[in-house]
Amino acid sequence: MELSSRSEENLQVVCVHDTRIDATVAIEFKDQMRAKTDGGSDIVVLDLTAVEFIDSSGLGAIVAAMKHMGQARKLALAGLTPTVDKVFRLTRMDSVFSVFPTLDGALADLKS
Amino acid sequence: MGTAAALPPVNICVESSDTAVRTALTELLRGLAPLKLDVDDAGTVELVMAEALNNIVEHAYPEGDPPGPIKVSCKHAADGLHLVVVDRGRTMPDGQVPDGAEVDLSVNFLDMPEGGFGWFLIKDLASDIRYERVNWENRLMFRLAVAT
Repeated sequence: MELSSRSEENLQVVCVHDTRIDATVAIEFKDQMRAKTDGGSDIVVLDLTAVEFIDSSGLGAIVAAMKHMGQARKLALAGLTPTVDKVFRLTRMDSVFSVFPTLDGALADLKS
Repeated sequence: MGTAAALPPVNICVESSDTAVRTALTELLRGLAPLKLDVDDAGTVELVMAEALNNIVEHAYPEGDPPGPIKVSCKHAADGLHLVVVDRGRTMPDGQVPDGAEVDLSVNFLDMPEGGFGWFLIKDLASDIRYERVNWENRLMFRLAVAT
């Protein structure tokens, strides 16, 4: 599980470089998200463009990452591929996060 | 019924482990390749099977119990894919599949659910779900209305 992080003006982009966030890597993902986002920007965009598959454990890990960041900060999701989008839609978790079809769309909307 | 026999039955057996689910999913999707499922249908198969298999690794063969076999068989029929998942681990709680109720999202931020989505997804996407405990085996059977 490899994540990278960069700053873009008022926000932070965390990019997932693996094709899966599943039960095998959910804990590692959570730990790495903590490490990348602790002390970071108020708005974090999680770039999921490379992620082709997520299961309920991966979904839970993203929720945990959001909760760890705290309510005063925002975790937005960008670049949802079809199966990832399906999981967020079916569980209605797409109503909990700001979800953007593309990273460019997310940056255009969230940059101040 | 002309298409029903298009796919040879797919049978997979893996031993429960941290990597068993990924291995089984890869083998299953490889076996289904002749069906040329679109991305939506392939996603449905992978998601439901991932949840069913994760449950077995976590709950039928929990840490501390010896690992055991997980068998998946899949047959293609006119009304979709018929899947049977068998393990020899612990029985389901109360001898039946969990409710899989939709999780409640109208809660405080810190109470936002981090789990409980698995059975909801299985029940939402699969049909004709049945569970039996027979001869020390758990048998979970369901149908996915893809490749119809």
